[in-house]
Amino acid sequence: MKKQLISLRVNGRDREDAVADNMLLVDYLRDQLGLTGTKQGCDGGECGACTVLVDGRPRLACCTLVQSVDGCSVETVESLSHNGRLSALQQAFHEKLGTQCGFCTPGMLMASEALLRQNPDPDVDAIKGALAGNLCRCTGYVKIIESVQSAATNREIAP
Amino acid sequence: MSLLNEFRFIRPETTAQAVTALAGSTDTRVLCGGTDLLPNLRRGLVSPGALVDVSRLESLQQISWEDDRLTLGAAITLEELANEPRLNRHFPALVKAILSVAGPSHRAAASLGGNLCQDTRCIFYNQSDWWRRSNDYCLKYRGELCHVMPKGDRCYATYHGDIAPVLMALGAQIDIIGPGGSRRLPLDGLYQENGSHHLSLEPGELVSTIILPRHVQWHSGYEKVRVRDAIDFPLAGVAAALRREGDTLAQLRLVVTGTNSIPIRVDLSQLEGGTWSDEAAEEMAKAIRKAVNVLKTTVTGPKYRRRVVMAMAKRLVSQLWQQAA
Ligand SMILES: Cc1cc2nc3c(=O)[nH]c(=O)nc-3n(C[C@H](O)[C@H](O)[C@H](O)COP(=O)(O)OP(=O)(O)OC[C@H]3O[C@@H](n4cnc5c(N)ncnc54)[C@H](O)[C@@H]3O)c2cc1C
Ligand code: SF4
Ligand code: FES
Ligand code: FES
Repeated sequence: MKKQLISLRVNGRDREDAVADNMLLVDYLRDQLGLTGTKQGCDGGECGACTVLVDGRPRLACCTLVQSVDGCSVETVESLSHNGRLSALQQAFHEKLGTQCGFCTPGMLMASEALLRQNPDPDVDAIKGALAGNLCRCTGYVKIIESVQSAATNREIAP
Repeated sequence: MSLLNEFRFIRPETTAQAVTALAGSTDTRVLCGGTDLLPNLRRGLVSPGALVDVSRLESLQQISWEDDRLTLGAAITLEELANEPRLNRHFPALVKAILSVAGPSHRAAASLGGNLCQDTRCIFYNQSDWWRRSNDYCLKYRGELCHVMPKGDRCYATYHGDIAPVLMALGAQIDIIGPGGSRRLPLDGLYQENGSHHLSLEPGELVSTIILPRHVQWHSGYEKVRVRDAIDFPLAGVAAALRREGDTLAQLRLVVTGTNSIPIRVDLSQLEGGTWSDEAAEEMAKAIRKAVNVLKTTVTGPKYRRRVVMAMAKRLVSQLWQQAA
């Protein structure tokens, strides 16, 4: 199949890539760029495991054609840690047991990251609302909500 | 690797280019946020030759407030709409419906036009290809028989959009553009009662704008029930708008979603001019029962959905009646 050139920014680095018209963003990230942190948990739109940020907003990479993010900035879970150190949000998921099997975690982290950038001090309802599209089979959600709350508090202390 | 069939991706610069691309071939489809179309593509429910991405067309992004109306471009995202402070002030029922659509990561991409034009749904249709194949597919796509109404001659898949019923109750119109130019019609006219062809769009046409009249005296609301309250399509939803003059119910509009292949308007003109009472509520319930056609298209059985529509409608209209006092 014919490919078209797109330019975009992935995790802060500008790139140009030739991609097929029917390629999904999740396949581009995982298969073409090797960024396998982003997960595929369902056959489309139901689970949130594939959540990434596009121009700062949470988007489902499994329901997004890579062509349609031409010119955009995409952030995946790989962008959260710096020099091998977890971000405050990741650290909070680790400490508060917000992650068990870990499959939903990249999506949970990216959806929470989008929330905290917009609302640094969310209440429980805001957290539930922001994570409404993200399913978890393990934690029962309570620990995930506590993790996000804890990260919000820590962000305020250590910028 | 990609599970999608091959298609061409077209990004037009203008709506005229979009119309030309769409009119060029019958298997070309509009793509906007993709939150309805792409899951359906993945499940092999559509196999277009080309997709025309209208999500960045500037003319479909406009919001314009005038004294007597609000005009909304079809490609505006639900997230943008929900963040528009004036919308909540003037059309709270609309914002409530918008915020009840899917989850935040869907709404960041999902468009108003895509919401109105979303496909109908059915438990025998929204399934993987292997699931449907093992069931001999069905009338809506690739099969010969409807599993919901085996003796029926059409598909009864149901329309589950949350926003259309509210817009219809508010008296919205839409502009449709196509090879023949532009036409304006009540939103009701977009829909037709056929689960496999529920939109009246001609080849090459797309919805460009939604026009809402601004009338202050109306009170409106929206209620839906779903399996999971955090995120789900409506098993059934009810939108209502009424105008009260003293003790008189001057006007009442009611539109139901999730029961028919279209958002169905229930004719309640017989109640207008009377007052709102238990008897009026019963009469409304009767009219609803007559108008809706609830079949086994969702995980929850028809009996529950039929009854819950009537209960929601009574509660909602009573609330609006109180509010309007
Ligand atoms: C898990 C999940 C939950 C959901 N829950 C809900 C819910 O609760 N309520 C609800 O209403 N929806 C729900 N949806 C469906 C969908 O997310 C929304 O309807 C959304 O608004 C669709 O908009 P879009 O821009 O993404 O449409 P797209 O997927 O881009 O398009 C949908 C359809 O409309 C056509 N189309 C798009 N724009 C136009 C236009 N301007 N003119 C003509 N045709 C057009 C496309 O060709 C396609 O057939 C859900 C989806 C998922 C995956
Ligand atoms: S109503 Fe019948 S034809 Fe339509 S999708 Fe369901 S099973 Fe198929
Ligand atoms: S993989 Fe994208 S929502 Fe499940
Ligand atoms: S930690 Fe296992 S799915 Fe969420």
